[in-house]
Amino acid sequence: MRSKYIEEIIIKGLMIISLLTVFGFVAAIVWTIFHRGWSCITWEMVSSLPGGGFYIGKEGGFLNAIVGSLYIVLASTLLGLIISIPVVFYLNVFLKKDSRFAYVARLAYDVLFGIPSIVYGAFAFTLMIYMGWRTSLAGGILVTTLLIVPIMIRSMDEVAKNFPRELLDASYSLGATRLETIGIMLRQIAPGIATATLLSVGRAIGDAAGVMFTAGFSDSIPTSLTQPAATLPLSIFFQLSAPQAEVQNRAYAAAVVLTIIVLVISLSSRFIMKKFSKNKV
Amino acid sequence: MSSLRIARERAAGGVMFVMTALSLLLVIVMGLGLYLKAAPIFEEHSLWDLLSASEWKPFKNKFGFFPFIMGTVWVTGIALALALPLSLLTAVFLTEYARSWVKRWVYPALDILAALPSVIYGVWGTLLVVPWVSDRLAPHFVKFSSGYTVLTGGIVLSVMILPLLVSLFVELFDTVPQELRDSSKALGSTRWQTAKRVVLRKSLPGIFAAVVLAVSRALGETIAVLMVCGNLPEVPRSLLDACYPIPALIANNYGEMLSLPLYEAALMFAALILFIVVLVFNLASRMILYRIKRVNA
Repeated sequence: MRSKYIEEIIIKGLMIISLLTVFGFVAAIVWTIFHRGWSCITWEMVSSLPGGGFYIGKEGGFLNAIVGSLYIVLASTLLGLIISIPVVFYLNVFLKKDSRFAYVARLAYDVLFGIPSIVYGAFAFTLMIYMGWRTSLAGGILVTTLLIVPIMIRSMDEVAKNFPRELLDASYSLGATRLETIGIMLRQIAPGIATATLLSVGRAIGDAAGVMFTAGFSDSIPTSLTQPAATLPLSIFFQLSAPQAEVQNRAYAAAVVLTIIVLVISLSSRFIMKKFSKNKV
Repeated sequence: MSSLRIARERAAGGVMFVMTALSLLLVIVMGLGLYLKAAPIFEEHSLWDLLSASEWKPFKNKFGFFPFIMGTVWVTGIALALALPLSLLTAVFLTEYARSWVKRWVYPALDILAALPSVIYGVWGTLLVVPWVSDRLAPHFVKFSSGYTVLTGGIVLSVMILPLLVSLFVELFDTVPQELRDSSKALGSTRWQTAKRVVLRKSLPGIFAAVVLAVSRALGETIAVLMVCGNLPEVPRSLLDACYPIPALIANNYGEMLSLPLYEAALMFAALILFIVVLVFNLASRMILYRIKRVNA
């Protein structure tokens, strides 16, 4: 057999091995998390607040972290959408296709997307000190919004960029202004907005390094924006560093909860993209 | 009436422009803010001293960042060494070989890897990788290892950057014109020969850019690495030593940093280092990737 066919077979074998390795990693991670955590979950954990002596293994749950994460994610996703949708429209409808400003803006959002959340956290922390805020729900929302806006903009922009310019022209020729034309684009990129939102929710709920500085941690559910809030990833992290087995078990249980949330988000965003991109022109 | 519509259009355009420009300013404000906060430390220590000294004793006014820089470099290097071949092979397989039913399974799997939060990777690392390193791997080489090592951090990190690398590579290989592949195959090349001599060669600048991008992602990874690296502020001498990357340093000490003004400045300096390196890496690689897209579009 000629050497090129032997090489082909060897390489193909290596490729299949690496593909199986990828599946192996996914399986190993999900299996490890569920195997360790599933038996630890009780209804009390997900439905009650930390009681007295929670961190030395006494009764209580991590409802504070679940609700805190929920508050931060919902608020920052909403804020993020309010900021990013106009920006995406501006880049794609108001600016010309070869606009220099659009190029710089896209570059900047890609760079912002690459900046680690710990740097966002450190920056937001200095900002908060400057403004006289303490670690609070508002701080957590602030940093998480900063973190997800670039993701939202870039992933919506990817969809909006492929929007046929002829449709815009058709609308202009009917006498509509650029602002009024936005409705057409909105309908076309709706699935893009949905997946971008889900993507950001996934990123926001899993972020720990950013909120560590800004949202702080607390054992109760915050009732106002100025109170510190617990988050699910941090609650896992803190409980895991405790020496008692009971506390660590709760961390593993919380890890299962977080993993389920993230898996559902990730799989449903792919489903939405598939289902709704059928109606596209 | 039509003047009202035009006025509304202008106003909306203005508001949108301001929003876009403001988010651009964020990059500059961020760098500036971190620099101002880090500035006090430059009054007492020179930049070179900070980067090259290896003693870290904040309460004795000794701020040597060298161990942390080396920790970051080691962990990132290992992560890249593990993830690069794996992701290249996977991406070539997906674009050049795979049938659509294979892709239907692989992409969701990569999605899941990309979506899992850092802290979950950390939990996985402590439950599975740490014991594996300390019980199975390390005894072949050293007497004792806790398992919280450079290698463990590298393994966990490599899985985290894998989906990013694969998706960037797949996107790149898709921009290589089909005609080039066809002509190569028409001359009698096998699929791998085509992949090697046409697809990979043509996307070499893009591969470089993708690697730089993945490295900058790895540099900033905090919680997962923090949970498995051991966090000893010493320069690691082997793969089985503990290390202490820069993001872990910031995350671990933010609580006590307000106790000492210079301490805070030192940690902000650490964040500034990360910011600058990531900024430069991202700018360079994104510009290369944009050019490739424009040329092929």
